Amino acid sequence: MSEYPLTGEPEGSAPVTGEPLLELRGVNKSFGVVHVLHDVDFAVYPGQVTALVGDNGAGKSTLVKVIAGIYGRDDGDYLFEGKPVSVNGPRDVGALGVEVVYQDLALCDNLDIVQNMFLGREEKNGLALDEATMEARARDTLGSLSVRTVKSVRQSVASLSGGQRQTVAIAKAVLWNSRIVLLDEPTAALGVAQTRQVLDLVRRLADRGLGVVLISHNMTDVFEVADRITALYLGRVAADVPTREVTHSQVVELITAGRSGSLGIAENPATATV
Amino acid sequence: MSTIDKTSGLADADFAGDARKQSNLGDAFTDYVGRLRGGEMGSLPALLGLVVLYVVFGLANDKFLGLLNQANLVVQAGSICLLAMGLVFVLLLGEIDLSAGVTGGVCATFTALAIVDHGQPWWVGVLVGVAVGALIGFVMGCLVAYLGIPSFVVTLAFFLGLQGVILKLIGEGGSVPVRDEVLRGLAIKNIPPLMGWIGAIVIVAVFALLSLRQYRVQVARDLSRPPFALVLIKIGALAAVVLVITGLLNQNRSIRPNFVIEGIPWVLPVIVALLVLWTFVLGRTAWGRHLYAVGGNAEAARRAGINVNRMKVTAFMICSSMAALAGVMAASYSGKVSPSSGGGNVLLYAVGAAVIGGTSLFGGRGKAINAVIGGVVIAVIANGLGLLSQASWINFVVTGAVLLLAASVDAISRRRRSAAGI
Repeated sequence: MSEYPLTGEPEGSAPVTGEPLLELRGVNKSFGVVHVLHDVDFAVYPGQVTALVGDNGAGKSTLVKVIAGIYGRDDGDYLFEGKPVSVNGPRDVGALGVEVVYQDLALCDNLDIVQNMFLGREEKNGLALDEATMEARARDTLGSLSVRTVKSVRQSVASLSGGQRQTVAIAKAVLWNSRIVLLDEPTAALGVAQTRQVLDLVRRLADRGLGVVLISHNMTDVFEVADRITALYLGRVAADVPTREVTHSQVVELITAGRSGSLGIAENPATATV
Repeated sequence: MSTIDKTSGLADADFAGDARKQSNLGDAFTDYVGRLRGGEMGSLPALLGLVVLYVVFGLANDKFLGLLNQANLVVQAGSICLLAMGLVFVLLLGEIDLSAGVTGGVCATFTALAIVDHGQPWWVGVLVGVAVGALIGFVMGCLVAYLGIPSFVVTLAFFLGLQGVILKLIGEGGSVPVRDEVLRGLAIKNIPPLMGWIGAIVIVAVFALLSLRQYRVQVARDLSRPPFALVLIKIGALAAVVLVITGLLNQNRSIRPNFVIEGIPWVLPVIVALLVLWTFVLGRTAWGRHLYAVGGNAEAARRAGINVNRMKVTAFMICSSMAALAGVMAASYSGKVSPSSGGGNVLLYAVGAAVIGGTSLFGGRGKAINAVIGGVVIAVIANGLGLLSQASWINFVVTGAVLLLAASVDAISRRRRSAAGI
């Protein structure tokens, strides 16, 4: 697929088979003597929410930063739509249509919603800013995500609730016809109703055909929206499974012990290699 | 979206629909009061203060409200307004430039020397002054941005060092006269009344046309917009202010019957032109938007691909260039440049002007118009107290108190903003 309509019928969960939009194969990453990622395979499928789970220090953040192009890879392949691409920095990744929404949302409180969404990529009309086009596009994007903004898209971001701020940050990532959105702990600081809003939005992104990566500690959230779960344990992929084939407690075991029944890493990785 | 999938019911309940409906004047007023309460005061305290000052000084001295004094006030405010406008750029970043006054003195010295010693025309002199200002700003900006020295320290060092530079250039106890027709005329000559009227009407007409055109685009593309009545009220208010000021200044204000003084002092169109320029740059260009972003959240700006260091350097360059123009304006008013030019309380007046007008010391909030309104407040205080022939210590104490008051209003507004989340 080359383009995604702004408004479309929800496609539901796509089958697991099919070409991944983005794929990492056999990625290793070390910082000095610390080997953080071991032969990590990771795939993001269009129209699916892939949850990336793991305990603190399992390598989630490092993996996200490798995907985002902030860290380079020691070895391993970076494939986009099945073709290897050379990624030498965040700009290359942005050009592929991959956007990352970090936990601290990186919004400017003194600017309004439209200004924040277009920050650094303003539409211009000669020398002056083209406010009308920017406002119309921001409104279209928010509308296509079924977000009816609070009062006005001209509202200052400081006056928004946590969930609404998260929504703006996500909408900002979607505005540029992104193919993949990575969300780093999007519900960590939110209350019940706001978490609800954000999870609905995450689901809607996938229904529009985007590949969504959800990094989360919250198993309830993961089981609610994710189609696939990739569990990291000490820098290795412990499991990459469809959500409906695992239970809550299995995932917790994968996170804490790296294995659960037939799933997971065969031997204790701490003794197997390093 | 017409279809709402069932999973999003709760979300839609909270994001309860965009109020794109035509808001009326009452709603706009309620909105405005809400913003005021939330700490979004803008220039309102300064405007109210101005009314109080006019009443107090008007009652205390019958000369204060006289046309001659009011025209004089415009000229006195000129230099402060220009300096404060420059400072707004640095204050928007949450930085400060303590050297701006002295920078103006140095630049005015270069301008005066270029004209007097090297026989250059006035505009070459001004260009030299502005170039020196831009260079000083560039150096300070680099030290702040790339070396990471707090701007307070960098500019304090320049404040001291540049005073030495002026002394070296002019010599102890000396001064350089500014007798150039055009430059001196800025402060002492007036625009012919007919030209003044034409200029005033053009300004009002252009503002009205632009406002109406913007409103039409907003309606045509169904964007959020103020009620039409508010657009008309704003046009009317601007027309009233511009035409009343023009009308008053175009009257003969001479106290001698056989000698006519009439017309707008040339200072005023200079200020208005720069005000329009910087309002456009701050409000309508990507550079201006990025400046606000850096002042509001530098990390967010950096992640959005904005070169934060370059923004800092350019902001300092604009500030110092404006300081150069302010210095030339001050020299035009006094007719000379002396080693004390730009020293003393000049800088604090200008910082006070910007802050009183509603620019935040914490960065991210402020406009060019704030500097002009605040500059008028400061000039009114200096002028009014001068007319009351009070000892100069009172002038210092009152101005200091007003600056402190403005900073307090700023700090309290900021607290209310974070409490109200606006």
